[in-house]
Amino acid sequence: MTETAQRLAEIRGGVPPRRHNARTIAALTGNPGCTRRAVLDSAGVDKPKLAERIGFPARFGQSRFAITRGNAFEAQVKADGGAELLRLVAERLGVPVPDGATWTDLGADEDRPERSRTALTASGDGPALFDHPLLGLDVAGRRVNLEPDLVAARLAGRFHVVEIKSFPIIDGQADPAKVAAAAIQSAVYVLALRELLAAEGRDPDVVSHEVVLVCPRDFANRPVASLLDVRKQLLVLRRQLDRMARIDDLLAAVPAGFTADLTTDPATLAGALHGVPARYAPECLAACELAYFCRHEARGHTGALGRPVREALGGVAEVAEVLALAEGVRAPEPEQAEAAALLRAAARLRADALAGHPA
Amino acid sequence: MSTLRALARAQAVAAGVAQPVATVRHLHLSDRPLVLVPLALAGEANAPLAALVGAAPDEARLLVVPQPRNRDQRFAFAAELAGIVLPWLDEFRDRTEAVPVDRGRDVRHRYLDAPQLLVPNPAGITFLRLFGRSTRFRRPDGEHPVHPSVPLLGRWLTFFAERAEHPGSAALVALTDALTLHWATGQSVVEDLHLPALLGWLDPPPGLTGAEAAALAEDPARCPPAGPATDPDFDNHRLAPVMEAYADAGDDPVARAAAYAELERLLHDQLAPTWELMWRGVGLLRALPAGARVAGRWDGDKDAFTAHAEHVDAGGGPQPRRDGAVAAAARLHRLERALTSYAVQRAYDDPLVMAEHRLTGEAFVGDVTLADPKRVDDTGKRPVLRPRIQVVTTEPVLVPVGATLYSPARPGQKAKVVFVTPAADGKTEVVLELSGGMGRGLTAPPGTVPEVGERLCLTTLSDGFLPAGNFPAPEETPWTHGGPPAAAPAPADPVPAADADPAEDWS
Repeated sequence: MTETAQRLAEIRGGVPPRRHNARTIAALTGNPGCTRRAVLDSAGVDKPKLAERIGFPARFGQSRFAITRGNAFEAQVKADGGAELLRLVAERLGVPVPDGATWTDLGADEDRPERSRTALTASGDGPALFDHPLLGLDVAGRRVNLEPDLVAARLAGRFHVVEIKSFPIIDGQADPAKVAAAAIQSAVYVLALRELLAAEGRDPDVVSHEVVLVCPRDFANRPVASLLDVRKQLLVLRRQLDRMARIDDLLAAVPAGFTADLTTDPATLAGALHGVPARYAPECLAACELAYFCRHEARGHTGALGRPVREALGGVAEVAEVLALAEGVRAPEPEQAEAAALLRAAARLRADALAGHPA
Repeated sequence: MSTLRALARAQAVAAGVAQPVATVRHLHLSDRPLVLVPLALAGEANAPLAALVGAAPDEARLLVVPQPRNRDQRFAFAAELAGIVLPWLDEFRDRTEAVPVDRGRDVRHRYLDAPQLLVPNPAGITFLRLFGRSTRFRRPDGEHPVHPSVPLLGRWLTFFAERAEHPGSAALVALTDALTLHWATGQSVVEDLHLPALLGWLDPPPGLTGAEAAALAEDPARCPPAGPATDPDFDNHRLAPVMEAYADAGDDPVARAAAYAELERLLHDQLAPTWELMWRGVGLLRALPAGARVAGRWDGDKDAFTAHAEHVDAGGGPQPRRDGAVAAAARLHRLERALTSYAVQRAYDDPLVMAEHRLTGEAFVGDVTLADPKRVDDTGKRPVLRPRIQVVTTEPVLVPVGATLYSPARPGQKAKVVFVTPAADGKTEVVLELSGGMGRGLTAPPGTVPEVGERLCLTTLSDGFLPAGNFPAPEETPWTHGGPPAAAPAPADPVPAADADPAEDWS
């Protein structure tokens, strides 16, 4: 075990690292500047349990109604050996619907990694659909297995990741947040698939950056396919994975002896976490299990009100400082002079208008 | 986010309670707004689960859908909702007022008042928009007939959802938007979307700070979310068993009635707290005096309501799924004009909003120190009245010489900047030449020219008439925009093919 791996194991405590999936890897791309999150994720700490232990449980439940619907739609789309799916994908890609495409379900086997690799990197390039392939990515120096609910479609010699989602596309429009989440998740698969091919000496670029998203159309359950270009997401993802690969640099900023071992008592645990710098933003609430803890810690900071608020306040970090500058009871640092003048003017105008002076 | 609003947020953090960012109410509030709190089933495409509807706090009516995946029940819900919404709309159609048009040469009639719908949050508006979309193309005849009121409800909901996109309209309002327009909380914009937390900041219970009240309100077990999305724990542990019990009851009328009653009780408990919050929020807004230009904007809503009612009466078809190129361009133009005008009107109505523009140099306030109300410019073909005034201000003046300024006190008058001179103590003297709003003669009537000693706000923002753009007829759509639409879609079958199969059912 390398020194870094040893250190990460200490941070984690005596438990095996939490398994990543495409969703957690995709979540890593949000707020890339947060050291606390990068360290905990690299160590594979069970963040939901950690958040609960320190008294700030995450709220990321999933309704069983949503799960049922998702599974039902996926089963419907994949029915009949993927005949319907093949037609949808081919038509969307503008290639003729091939006869006799093969359908390989890689999900049921014992030796999945091996079989997935053989099947996907085999030299043939006839039309084929591969369901449930097992893919891998290196995250923070550790191999992570991905078991995507995904179909890799090989058509006209190119691989396309096919993502089946159950949110509707109504009159050609879908919920932008859901599409964005699907795009970044698909990018994880594209990256993993490319690495798999590259490792076998094949050209990784046969995996297209255009992902096929299959969703129910309008209010019915009939599937419709759309193309998503995930080049931007791939860049973001690569950058964050590279950053996690240089975990040593990040660990240098972490106090020696820091641990997120879940058996430690909550107060000590919270104290230790405070020692690792975080970069809370309100967007974290939708993405990170630890967000409520970080939000509590960031109380009184302008960043907790959102980045636009912080910027509008001249980038001054703390609310108390903002108010002191605005009231003129605190002398600004030289670099704050401009912000302080703006805040003083704003405070005067606000007070004026609220006192009922005519405008 | 303007610095002024951001500062108000910082002050709210320090004070522990929300701070005002408006001194008047910027939206019309109806005496009898129809409050609608919808819930949708998780995972489905906008499938209604329940709703609490009513035009007064003690008139709440609960609608539930025991099996939201069942399309017949979905449309039964739509018919039931239509049974509430359509008669309520008709209440506004018994009295009209005459409005002069064409410079008083003619009159037209519009309804004296218009209906107002209130939902908790922007997601509620999206829910209504999509529900309108899923019902307006339905037909009372054919293979899968629905109650005749269903497509009508769909068209009205679509009407409201389209008005909600119109800046300054108060026909369909998300209460979180209405409240954050008037108060700044000590939390972020994202957190403000949660109505219970927002009201925690606005009106914390005794003994709690806004932050504490908001934190309590975020616990879904203590305070159910304001919809349309439900709390997953509620779905998994409470809703699912009751829905199963209903399904298992089958044809047994006693068991079915018992399960239905239990479902009603459960959903009512989820909706009732939001219902209370809605009326509390309405009460907070009512306490503010309405801005001077609110009634004028509400007239726009009355016009739109009248026009749509006439369209429906005349047998007009449902709104299209997507606008054509010309209609889309015209609509965008309308929305942009409304957005500009709305921003200006709010600033004119409210010194606290104008303060945001003063901070960015788009406006300043000063005292009139000199006035020459009788000045006549006779250099042109005929003499014209062009009084001059001098205003002294302590605020930075960023407008260039030659710019035209306006004053909310006399919106019909233009003030051209003639000189800008720095004076002692960091003050600035601005000389302005006035035109307009002073009658036709060469003597200004009293009060039309600011007098020495008057405090005056001058701004680059103009509430003047914005000319409507010219757009070609649809059949003359230029090739850059796809050319004229192909042969009109067959009106005989307005139901899109993909939707024409409502028999599908999930389980």
